[in-house]
Amino acid sequence: MINEAGSWLIVGLPLASFVIIGVVIRPFFNRYANWAGYLTVASIAGSLGLSIWAFASVADAGGNVVMNGNVPREWLSFPGLVLPFGILMDSLTVVMLLTVSGVSLLVQIYGLGYMKGDPGYSRYFAFMSLFTASMLGLVVSRGVVQIYVFWELVGLSSYLLIGFWYTRPAAAAAAKKAFLMTRFGDFAFLLAILYLFTLGTDETNLLDVPTLYLNVGLLGGAAATWIALGIFAGAVGKSAQFPLHTWLPDAMEGPTPVSALVHSATMVAAGVFLVGRFFPLFESTSSVMTTVALVGGFTAVFAASMALVATDIKRVFAFSTVSQLGYMFLALGTGAYVAAFFHLFVHAWFKTLLFMSAGSVHHASGTFDLRYMGGLRKVLPWTYAATIMGGLSLAGIFPFSGFWSKDEILVGALDADSTVGVIVLVLGLTAVAMTGFYMFRVIFMTYHGKFRGGIDKENEDLRAAGQEIDEAHAHGHVHLAESPWQMVLPISILAMAALVAGFLTNPVESYGIVDKHSFGEFVTENEEVFVDHGAAIEAGAEPEFNFPLAFASTALALSGIALAFAMYQAKVISPSRMAVRFRPVYKLLVNKYYMDELYETIIVRKLFYERFARFTASFDKSWVDGVNVQIGSWSQRLGSVLGFAQDGQLQTYGAVASAGLVIALAVFIFWV
Amino acid sequence: MFSGWLTAAVFLPAATALVLVFMPRRDSWIRWTAIGATVVELGLTIGIFVAYEVDRGGVQLVDFLDWIPIDGFEANYFLGVDGLSAPMILLTGILGAAAAFASWRVTHRVREYFIWLLILQTAVTGVFASLDLLLFFVFWEIELIPMFMLISGWGTGQPRYSAMKFVLFTLTGSAFMLVGILALFVSQDIGTFAMISLPEEGIVGIPEKMALASGLIAPAGLIFALFFVAFAVKLPIWPLHNWLPDAHTDAPTAVSVMLAGVLLKMGGYGMIRISTGFFLDSPGFQIKDIAWLLAAGAAISVAYGAVVTLRQTDLKRLIAYSSISHMGFVMLGIAAISATGDRGPSGGLNGAALQMFTHGTITGLLFLLVGMTYERAHTRHIPDLGGLATRMPLIATAFLVAGLASLGLPGLSGFPAEITVFLGTWDTWPWATGIAAFGIVLAAAYILWMVQRSFFGPMLPRFADVKDASAVDLIPVVGLIVPIVAIGIWPSLITDSFRVGIAAMLG
Repeated sequence: MINEAGSWLIVGLPLASFVIIGVVIRPFFNRYANWAGYLTVASIAGSLGLSIWAFASVADAGGNVVMNGNVPREWLSFPGLVLPFGILMDSLTVVMLLTVSGVSLLVQIYGLGYMKGDPGYSRYFAFMSLFTASMLGLVVSRGVVQIYVFWELVGLSSYLLIGFWYTRPAAAAAAKKAFLMTRFGDFAFLLAILYLFTLGTDETNLLDVPTLYLNVGLLGGAAATWIALGIFAGAVGKSAQFPLHTWLPDAMEGPTPVSALVHSATMVAAGVFLVGRFFPLFESTSSVMTTVALVGGFTAVFAASMALVATDIKRVFAFSTVSQLGYMFLALGTGAYVAAFFHLFVHAWFKTLLFMSAGSVHHASGTFDLRYMGGLRKVLPWTYAATIMGGLSLAGIFPFSGFWSKDEILVGALDADSTVGVIVLVLGLTAVAMTGFYMFRVIFMTYHGKFRGGIDKENEDLRAAGQEIDEAHAHGHVHLAESPWQMVLPISILAMAALVAGFLTNPVESYGIVDKHSFGEFVTENEEVFVDHGAAIEAGAEPEFNFPLAFASTALALSGIALAFAMYQAKVISPSRMAVRFRPVYKLLVNKYYMDELYETIIVRKLFYERFARFTASFDKSWVDGVNVQIGSWSQRLGSVLGFAQDGQLQTYGAVASAGLVIALAVFIFWV
Repeated sequence: MFSGWLTAAVFLPAATALVLVFMPRRDSWIRWTAIGATVVELGLTIGIFVAYEVDRGGVQLVDFLDWIPIDGFEANYFLGVDGLSAPMILLTGILGAAAAFASWRVTHRVREYFIWLLILQTAVTGVFASLDLLLFFVFWEIELIPMFMLISGWGTGQPRYSAMKFVLFTLTGSAFMLVGILALFVSQDIGTFAMISLPEEGIVGIPEKMALASGLIAPAGLIFALFFVAFAVKLPIWPLHNWLPDAHTDAPTAVSVMLAGVLLKMGGYGMIRISTGFFLDSPGFQIKDIAWLLAAGAAISVAYGAVVTLRQTDLKRLIAYSSISHMGFVMLGIAAISATGDRGPSGGLNGAALQMFTHGTITGLLFLLVGMTYERAHTRHIPDLGGLATRMPLIATAFLVAGLASLGLPGLSGFPAEITVFLGTWDTWPWATGIAAFGIVLAAAYILWMVQRSFFGPMLPRFADVKDASAVDLIPVVGLIVPIVAIGIWPSLITDSFRVGIAAMLG
């Protein structure tokens, strides 16, 4: 049974790696930067080992290992204001722990090869360690403020990693954008925390998650709604849901392994985890559940539509991530808690795989632009095979893992038996077809056909168009060969995961050691979140496999794939002619619905910065400061006027004194 | 009673200044003597902070002598620390040493410079150590003279204008305070200057007497206002803040560090110790009656300060305006004084006190680093900067740490202070707290914009020869990062002390 110290060590190991690299290796032994990579890999491997131990312990303990006698520790303590912290080790935590440490470990191994020779090698691994530690800290947190602390540290790590190549203005801007947009959501989350705190008392401190679980019923309708909404707003920011999604596509500016981690198990998964962590609170307020489902369903289609036309391979995957996260929220909103986390779990593996493959493709062709790739399956056989497996999984084709998880989500929406359920089911199915299309569009454009010249051709075209070549492109070069083993090994492992992970949900029949609904059973064992297992099943934790629905979604995915085949492989339909024919739609999609312009140019720059802030600043200068200066100059003038009285002439003083005396006498005589 | 610790801490810098007067004209001797003295002083203040026994509470390390022993007008030389002032004295020690180190490159009239800097430190330490109102006022006023000299003599831009503006604003404030002190004193039944009770000397402090005061000659509300204006100018609060951007921008680096780091905190300290402590439950007027005004003023200061900060293009001016915004949190915490629930005002006040300490270290560090950047790049105009991280990674890293702390990133010390203020105040003033909490979004915007424009991006050819921080430069930087990180991770290091002091005050 894992104890509290061991649980802290899960977070502590990568954190120690961050500190050691940052304080010792980077400043003093940067010649041995290799050690930074090994240290990171070793520490995260240690976290993974401890996470497995934690998993086994939780399975033994029936869903929740009680730490420290179920009493939280105190981080800050004032009379009437106690901020608790501690370890919450339940089934949700351990699922997240395994996902995070597992994916992160593979990403770090991949990074050993991918980042080789980068001058910021040790800095990269320091930040990666911090990133992993923050995410692990988030999922083991027991206090609500503690969750917020790690939540923000996850945001910080993303900021540092997205802006890793800080000399590139685009990277620096993308990093800032990611931090600021997520902070908008965090602001709402913070207000929710404040509100939550004031509803509690010293005895029932609602900032302690288990205490909150016990007292959810006491919160009352409106309060629960506002709090859940605030928390959800935080999740929307971190998980890049509409309308706070615009930072994620730009986040591609970071190194590719960073994208692999940001898009799978860390940053964006944090939002889904957050809603899961406060799930009892969400369940108590149906209006917020509806909001969650609709936002998720809408985002699933909305983001997928932008992926249809993007030409940057990483951007396609970024929109895909946003879309897939939409599925998770859709599931949470319809009450399909298990399906949401199962999708998070399997999506983490195959999305990491896809990003790694994009990195591998970049390694060979020097570019991320699909228009300059093609025919790479011959030079990248391993990567190609793995991408196919990841792609089929993403598209939701039997028997790959995405098929099972997506199916559970759709069944959940159907079983919700409500108008909202139907709406999001339709949205979900629409996105299925789009997913099949954009994924195989990428595969055909990258790996099939003839090689279209890679970075060399791209630079040539840029020069011909009279554009400057930014440093990002200058770094790349065509190098048509399979990537080093540090990169291929993780990709292969992930491909295996994409193939088999789906069976863990096993909705059809018990098979061998895998029980029917084994994942669902494990996750809903937790009595803190689900009063009893029967109730959880009642709430849709173990949906029956729905053959017609599975058939329909597969058919839709296949039709999307077929369309991609027709357009990009068989060339029966010309993409460019389609673009001309549906020009307004095409332009809208390519320009991402103009939301960047709306936010950055119109709202932030024009309305806020150039109107409001400018007005306030000039008010400060001319009025507030102006009045002060005026008072100063009036006193000066008053002084110089009164100064005439002090002219040093005895006659004047005498005259004034006599006049004063006369007045005083007059007052004395006539009034008193 | 005379333990001597505080007397030593208050007068060590001034005594060193006196030594400097007679030292031979060798700049390096003068410089290192002064820096050495501030290091010893730092040791003393750490000693005081550690020696203060939190479990015992109350006033400790008292130095008590008769000063003006006239019957009915007994002003005493009364120094002592309680839980509230012990961390503030420590803060002064830390920033005093940082400011001295930050001045090691000063070459213009070195002797005079360090003399004034040391006198400044004596004055500020005196303010926090004094528990006699008249003595407090004397130190409060002394601080103006070195500030005026340092800004006008070693400043940049329009130093004379800024120095004069600073002095006029503060002096106006303290004129009100002097009237307040006299009005308080002549009120019947008060008849003491002791700011706190000292049973060992048979002294009953003003707070206790105020609670029983029956026949105040001047209305208590007026006396409160007289004090409050002085503190509001110093903190500063909108719309009394306009001296601050000018003074900060034109002051030499070390003076900006002291000004932002500890001088502003004199205002917050006065608000807690005097405005809150004296008028807690005096029958004529209670601070909670105007808590709504404090909350509103705080919300305006935070939001207005942050919005104006966004428009600044000078590094120093930007940080100066951000200080206005951040000091609003201090007043917001104090506004929790009218809390009625079972939680009480303790959270807000503790948060305010913690915010003073953390803002001191964070903004002190920011000004220090801006000074270093200016020294190297020869400009503070943000659009002219860029790509500096490539040439000076150490300064850039430290700047990022300080900036992140300033925008309230968890793990660094700004966060526990802000969250405590927000949690402590939300119940009582939800709207003001909500507006102020939005300040963290705006803070992220201006800090990250500043960092991005100054340090990130391609290296500019005109900064090709810029050198990173030297070992000596790094001493104060590391010295300030240590408390920022330590308190960020484990705030109880400092809050245990504040908790005791504020609990004693709230009774």
